[in-house]
Amino acid sequence: MDTITPAPADAAGRTAPVVRACGVTRDFGLIKAVDRVDLEIEGGELFGLIGHNGAGKSTLFKMMLGLLPVSEGEILIHDKRVGGRDFRAVRRDIGYLPENVVLYDNLTGLETLRFFARLKHAPGDSCAAALEQVGLAHAGHRPVREYSKGMRQRLGFAQALLGKPRLLFLDEPTNGLDPEAIRAFYATLRALRDDGVTIVLTSHILSEIQERVDRLAIMAAGRIQALGTVQALREQVDLPLNVVVQIHHDQAAAVRALVIPLGVADIPGAEPAGEAGEPGTARLRFACPRPLKMKLLGALANLGEGLIDVTVHEPSLEDVFFGFAD
Amino acid sequence: MTLDLSAILTLAGKEFRDRIRNRWVLAVALVFTVFALVIAYFGGAQQGAVGFRSIEFTIASLVSLVIYLIPLIALMLGFDAVVGERERGSLELLLSLPITRFELLVGKYLGLAAALTLSTLVGFGLVALVLAGQLGADALPGYALFTFSSVLLGLAFLSLAVMLSVFARDRTRASGLAIAVWFFFVLIFDLLLLGALVVSAGQYGGEIFPWLLLLNPADVFRILNIFSLEEVRNLYGLATVFPEAIAQPWALSLVMLAWIALPIALAAWRFRK
Repeated sequence: MDTITPAPADAAGRTAPVVRACGVTRDFGLIKAVDRVDLEIEGGELFGLIGHNGAGKSTLFKMMLGLLPVSEGEILIHDKRVGGRDFRAVRRDIGYLPENVVLYDNLTGLETLRFFARLKHAPGDSCAAALEQVGLAHAGHRPVREYSKGMRQRLGFAQALLGKPRLLFLDEPTNGLDPEAIRAFYATLRALRDDGVTIVLTSHILSEIQERVDRLAIMAAGRIQALGTVQALREQVDLPLNVVVQIHHDQAAAVRALVIPLGVADIPGAEPAGEAGEPGTARLRFACPRPLKMKLLGALANLGEGLIDVTVHEPSLEDVFFGFAD
Repeated sequence: MTLDLSAILTLAGKEFRDRIRNRWVLAVALVFTVFALVIAYFGGAQQGAVGFRSIEFTIASLVSLVIYLIPLIALMLGFDAVVGERERGSLELLLSLPITRFELLVGKYLGLAAALTLSTLVGFGLVALVLAGQLGADALPGYALFTFSSVLLGLAFLSLAVMLSVFARDRTRASGLAIAVWFFFVLIFDLLLLGALVVSAGQYGGEIFPWLLLLNPADVFRILNIFSLEEVRNLYGLATVFPEAIAQPWALSLVMLAWIALPIALAAWRFRK
């Protein structure tokens, strides 16, 4: 059987691109669902693909898997053209979890995995281990029709892991998972990535992936609007920092008078500090351009005891996303 | 490209086991047994007699039943084989696996074909035991040919059904097309041919009429059984219009095999796109 050998790493620890999309376009009549996309995903990378509904990420995903032909351009995985003659060997090395995975209700969890294991030529005894890995060992003999949405999602993930694939495509993988299962899921992904597995995932829950992916691409209108690490994208989009200042309530006007002339924008609505804060305090929020951060902190330091606390937040991935996508 | 036989057998095995588990095979086998026994016993009621008569008469009666029933069951079995997976959303996952679309199609067809074949053989096999007891073991060879041709008829219509399931956009359209195919081949096709003959007062089409019957697997099945037994030939009175040259069971069986292979080939061609 043909197998794919992982590309060797260079001196900087980077490996050759595992997935390479060159000028990829997909038309549906007059609509360009994906429009001239160029993208490289390196070996051992945890890569996120985010975008609005209809941005083209699922279409791009399907073209990467060979489920949809490209209208123009080409996609290479391990240097083999997707859909080409040699692609079958590459497919053996790919695990896929579709969005809203549909499995067979009449089979048990274990039977489901055995069915897919045979089709992937994975060892039959790896099924029980895969169930264990996703926390479904206790439910392996129950029919899938009795599974909750989260359990189905985990079974779908176990299916994707069969055969120890070196490349994983996961479309909205945490759909239906509870917070504990999401944490366990990302722990598994980290372990796989540390083992050199390349992982490409999409998610609508931006806060969930912002600290977990190595790099991401933001798609809108069929095109990649931004590509890089979360930090690089933050800097690229040049969004202001979000500064929260907690002060004694009677000092709100003085603080505004102090910091706004610096070029810091007030985010309206002084608000009580809330139950967790001290009585008689307020929180003010400012949008601070990154170069003015130290100037603002210096000005605030002059408030002396009137200042209770200052926190500086990087723009969230959601802010970055809207900065590019809109 | 080499075929992955293991993948084909895995897919076929799943389809087959599904039909065993949901008791489809058992239900259809029972339907065949009960209907066949009723037809065999009461087939002569119109002539004022009941009970098991000659094997020729029994087969002639059963042909009338099977020609309606088996195409319907086969079409019902296969019409959503592919479009059903597509509509449920499970097709995408299957197609992402290291199997070709051809292997997927053939695997599904073989699994459904095995379920249909088993229910046909069990259903009519049980009747064979009764007939052997009533009419003697001499009745069995003719009955075996009838059973074999029934299997072929079922496989041909199953092939048509799987083809429809590839071409149809959704299950609703596929079921509508399946019903239309059943009406066309079982009810309308012969009427059209006869109508053409009557309208032209037999001047046109008389010579090609027998050949045109080969364009309908239900007619091929009927002819296959008519020409297998002399008494049945006489009973139908059609022996004179059908050339002996193509009335050989092996030739008609080949035509039936073509009816199995061609729709699946067409489906495979369409499914590749």
